[in-house]
Amino acid sequence: MSAAATMLRERTESRTLIALAVALPITLWIASEIEMNLFMAFVLWVLIALRTILHDNRTAVRVTLAALVVWAIALPFFQESGGGFIEDATLALAYTVFALGLNIIVGFAGLLDLGYVAFFALGALTAGWFMSGFFTSAGGGEGWSLFVGEPASTLPGIHMNFLLVIIIAVVITTIAGMLIGLPTLRLRGDYIAIVTLAFGEIIGRIVINGDTLVIRGQQLTAGRQGITPIDKIDLPFLEPFESLELRPWYFVALAMVFLALFVNYRLRDSRLGRAWIALREDEVAAASMGVPLVKTKLLAYGTGAAFGGIAGAFIASYLNTVNADQFAFSFSIFVLAMVILGGIGSIEGVMLGAIVLSFINNNLIPDVFNDYPSKVGLDFDLTELSFGIFGFLLVIMMVLRPEGLIPERRRKMELVEHVGTGTTVGVGAAEEKPYEARV
Amino acid sequence: MNDESTFDGGLGGRPLLTTESVTKVFGGLVAVEDITFQIPERSIVSIIGPNGAGKTTFFNMLTGLYRPTYGRISFNGRNVTGRRPDLIMKDGVARTFQNIRLFATMSAIENVMVAQNARMRAGLFGSILRLPRVRREERNVEEKARETLSYAGIPEQQHDQLSVNLAYGDQRRLEIARALASDPKLLLLDEPTAGMNPQESAELTAFMRKLREERGLTILLIEHDMQVVMGVSEYITVLDHGQKIAEGAPEDVRKNPRVVEAYLGTQGEKEAASAARREDGGQG
Repeated sequence: MSAAATMLRERTESRTLIALAVALPITLWIASEIEMNLFMAFVLWVLIALRTILHDNRTAVRVTLAALVVWAIALPFFQESGGGFIEDATLALAYTVFALGLNIIVGFAGLLDLGYVAFFALGALTAGWFMSGFFTSAGGGEGWSLFVGEPASTLPGIHMNFLLVIIIAVVITTIAGMLIGLPTLRLRGDYIAIVTLAFGEIIGRIVINGDTLVIRGQQLTAGRQGITPIDKIDLPFLEPFESLELRPWYFVALAMVFLALFVNYRLRDSRLGRAWIALREDEVAAASMGVPLVKTKLLAYGTGAAFGGIAGAFIASYLNTVNADQFAFSFSIFVLAMVILGGIGSIEGVMLGAIVLSFINNNLIPDVFNDYPSKVGLDFDLTELSFGIFGFLLVIMMVLRPEGLIPERRRKMELVEHVGTGTTVGVGAAEEKPYEARV
Repeated sequence: MNDESTFDGGLGGRPLLTTESVTKVFGGLVAVEDITFQIPERSIVSIIGPNGAGKTTFFNMLTGLYRPTYGRISFNGRNVTGRRPDLIMKDGVARTFQNIRLFATMSAIENVMVAQNARMRAGLFGSILRLPRVRREERNVEEKARETLSYAGIPEQQHDQLSVNLAYGDQRRLEIARALASDPKLLLLDEPTAGMNPQESAELTAFMRKLREERGLTILLIEHDMQVVMGVSEYITVLDHGQKIAEGAPEDVRKNPRVVEAYLGTQGEKEAASAARREDGGQG
């Protein structure tokens, strides 16, 4: 490594340390303001610090992650099972699953997807259809159930076991992910964003207007009224979940995060992961080196979408409703902001981004700072400004640390050291992309 | 103009790649016009021509990046006209690029591993579960990548370096290694010696011969360095303005007046020609 690069690295390091030194007391103060566990904030910062200082030291990352796993499992036992902390933590974990799913599409394969809400909607809707009394005529009005206990099995509507619903949701969202992928195959960059944005809106509109789409006397969705109640999760060998006993929900969400992490890590270091990076860097070269563009892109869309479906089905049951207002464009942006804030393509970063933004959204703004404007004589609640605050955070992030909180090595090279994407080294000016896209 | 197309390379090899009247039109521009030629198995063939003659466009059609407007390309007895680039690669055609197109943020070894994608079988679920079969395949692919890198002359301590951090000559070699990793039958090199010093060029020439002898490769080369072209090729095709203006053994091409005029050019003829063009332009 050249002397200049070393200097640059050292300077970045010392700047990060200063930033951490400033940020740590602020975080601790914020944590003390709310009921949020001090320990939690501390561990998050340790994670960032370790990763930044030790760079890609694999052992250090592994030890930190292992510590984090133990901590995540132990955490609910220090909290009230019906308390607000676990309630928010569970939601944060579900959002982490969304973010890790989107990370496969945006981070690994480099396909900017602005319509991720579609997969949340489809996943939630699957739960709405197959875990509630929504299909009133099912089983001749008596109801139809599969692997569920009392009382769900005696109620009208379709009642299927949560695990089966998850599988159906995965199938539906994977297919939907690939369908949305098809029209974007010929496109690049911003154009992909526009098409996916439209797809997200289409699904959102269908859910809103689904109450007027009546097939054989059966509505497609319940529109803004929402499908409610949704069955509680009922896992084999366990008591059915209760709405006031939140620990089991937390552990189910945690298990989903582990699954998403596992898939993310395994895919990143696989044949497919390499193909995604190659595709992101140079589509023409990738195709010439034997990477099938269509298949590789569709696998990214499908896999990423599947996690949207899993988390969507969970959230439907957890919040006990499938309401069209949940599926707004802002959801897509919220999840994308988690990915960007944490570090596009960086698994640890995305996880951190999801947890941080969830807590800002669920604790910090509504519980801690909400009445601050009125304290200085302004007549509004801070919650009304949530998205303004997220936008502001992103702008700050883009200026100070565009590679994210815990950057991915390759992205950092692209964004900070300006290496990569489209770089042609060698003789002659960069030629036009010579690939005639075809599907 | 295709009366020479029956050439068999004088090597008795059967043709590995054949093109028939391949034409590519971009809007109103005819970039490549009616090229019929063939590459005998285990031969080294060059395409030369002035800048803008359509050489790279022709390459892009052979590797599937462009679909020919007209004409037919067959490789190894199979029609590959308009076939997808990754499938053509799988059939056994590998290439390098005029402007080096490595995956910059990947290490040398990862670059070569990507190129083995078409020979790998690990699927989505196999990769997630990391089945023994997948693990074995990963190991083999990495081993083979290291072997190929060393074979192409990249020292072992460079294997895990990011490709952007390699020296220019090594980047060129890495591109060739990446192409070789897929076990191609035909290797297309687009100006491989561009930017190399004479010694490096000579090494590369020797390496091309070695590839043919040891691996039975057929090589098609676009090259501007006449020393390399004349030294290594058994057969040369000359393009100008998208048309084939000559072909034959190096000594014949060297003497061909049309080639001299179009490509090597004598000063007097060139000036006369450009003066004539100016006059035409003035009258029109």
